Amino acid sequence: MALDKWIAVVFIVISVVYGYSAFTYPLLPFELNMSFLPNTMPMVLSVLGILFALIIILTPKPKADPEGEALGDISVSRLHEYKVGQALALIGAMILYALALRPIGFIGATTLFLVGTGWILGERKLHIMIPVALVGTGLIWFLVEQALGIFLRPLPWFLS
Amino acid sequence: MLEGILLGLQTALSVQNLLLVVAGCLIGTLIGMLPGLGPMSIIAIMIPVAINIGDPAAALILLAGVYYGAIFGGSTSSILINAPGVAGTVATSFDGYPMARQGKAGKALTIAAISSFAGGTVGAILLMGFAPALSSFALLFHSAEYFALMVVGLSAIAAFAGTGKVAKALMMTVIGLMLATVGESALFNAPRFTMGLQDLQSGFSFVTLAMALFALPEALYLVLDPKRGSTGGASAAIKDLRVTREELRKIAPVVGRQSIQGFLIGVMPGAGATIASFLGYAVERNIAKGADQEEFGKGSIKGLAAPETANNAACTGSFVPLLTLGIPGSGTTAILLGALIALNVNPGPRLMIDNPSVFWAVIISMYIGNIVLLVLNLPLIPYIARLLTVPRNYLIPFILFFTMIGAYIGQNNATELLLLVGLGVCATILRFADFPLPPLLIGFILGGMMENNFARAVNLTDGVSFMYERPMTLTLLVIGLLLIFLPAYRRRRARDLQKGVAPGD
Repeated sequence: MALDKWIAVVFIVISVVYGYSAFTYPLLPFELNMSFLPNTMPMVLSVLGILFALIIILTPKPKADPEGEALGDISVSRLHEYKVGQALALIGAMILYALALRPIGFIGATTLFLVGTGWILGERKLHIMIPVALVGTGLIWFLVEQALGIFLRPLPWFLS
Repeated sequence: MLEGILLGLQTALSVQNLLLVVAGCLIGTLIGMLPGLGPMSIIAIMIPVAINIGDPAAALILLAGVYYGAIFGGSTSSILINAPGVAGTVATSFDGYPMARQGKAGKALTIAAISSFAGGTVGAILLMGFAPALSSFALLFHSAEYFALMVVGLSAIAAFAGTGKVAKALMMTVIGLMLATVGESALFNAPRFTMGLQDLQSGFSFVTLAMALFALPEALYLVLDPKRGSTGGASAAIKDLRVTREELRKIAPVVGRQSIQGFLIGVMPGAGATIASFLGYAVERNIAKGADQEEFGKGSIKGLAAPETANNAACTGSFVPLLTLGIPGSGTTAILLGALIALNVNPGPRLMIDNPSVFWAVIISMYIGNIVLLVLNLPLIPYIARLLTVPRNYLIPFILFFTMIGAYIGQNNATELLLLVGLGVCATILRFADFPLPPLLIGFILGGMMENNFARAVNLTDGVSFMYERPMTLTLLVIGLLLIFLPAYRRRRARDLQKGVAPGD
């Protein structure tokens, strides 16, 4: 089964769960007499969602779209050619950055993130990468803090 | 109308706003040139900046400038390295890249800039005529009609998604509408589908969703497929930007036709710059005769001018439904709509009355944006093109960082970053399976408005009788349904024709 059909199956499950939680949504007593309720549209949506997902599962696969090829679109059939490991490592780095941003502070976390992701991508010239990352981080911090007026804690928790 | 134009001039010509147009165009061109970053990603990244400006007119002027710049930047990379940064400029590379290979890169860029300028300017003039007329008509609309209109908008976007993708686009729209229901419910403001998480009480953040849907998957693709952003041959020198008078005369009729056709295509919801540019290219190739037609695909200046004019005119055209009905026709205008709502401006028929300065300033700044692109960006292109040589080991970390910080400063909340990564991974998987993502975002943005209008209509008539009792609502809903079935019908007819069945059977 193709990937899009699997996604449609997952979506049916989501729609059923969503529809169930809409159906059992705790209504207030006075709401019961009204014609439009907070769960009216969600219930309609879950039915539509199941319907469209079923259509995707049941329709046969169309022939390859030449326009998509021209765009150099990404496709699953070439997955083995892709650098999946790098992409997963970058996603991991982003999650770490999200968790570290507050405790380590903006400047430390961002510099580490930029250098780390550069390293994952194969950059080994640290004597260039680290200064570039530091300048970039400092510049962005200055812009966000001064020009936009949004506070970003620059330093780790024990220093500020 | 003259009053409006003067008001627009007054707003758009302030020093701050002029600087914003220039900055927007430059930033847009710079980033739009990088392969893989389209106008949607760039505008998504710029939204936090625009929202922080605070003044809606200024914010929209900046974003519109970025939009134009991005399309122009996309053409530049299409012409120079055959790597369109934007789907709307793919047709540009058909003839632009061959011209560059023949050593006429400078000329190709100038023609692209002139055609874009003409397309954008004609588009802006048409917009001035269209928008007020449409919005005075739209003032007759009640909530029932608004609901129906949104149904039409959503189904039109699905209908234009491409062959075999309509069901997928509809499914994406439903996901978008479902995501929109998370948070506080319509009319009642009680939490709903938050799974007990306090961070979800105010719903998903629009900026986070826009970044996760467009900027993050593109960045991940650049990682997955290094060839995608390959910049071979970018170092070729660009010289001789001049165009002869004869060449101008040759492309003038093409530009004239395509700016009107492109605009009209842009006005239709769902059909944006991409369809306009492909269609423009195809039409001009069919119209051209003899040697002219032979030259298409081998470096024809007509073949370059057609898609460039059409895509800029269509960009302008897509502002018509946004400014008059408050319904975005494309992913990019959907992002702009989200930004406007965040700035407390409600686009729609009352925009012209409530915020005339916003309305007219945007239109006037479109002219200014076009002039900036022509006068300022074109001479700078040889220098800007050096950006194409930035190695990806530096480019990708910064793109990822900009997406994350954009989501973070909107909410100042680390949970938002985890949400961004999670949604971004889902979006990447969906893109792998060839699901179109703009319908999701448009569904998300229209979801809340749609439910509110629907709720109001239901409460007013105490039931759904408004759907068939109000003629305008009924007509719109029928159009919406027809739009969904149209692609299936056309495909079936094409299949029947192939089998030799006469049309009409």
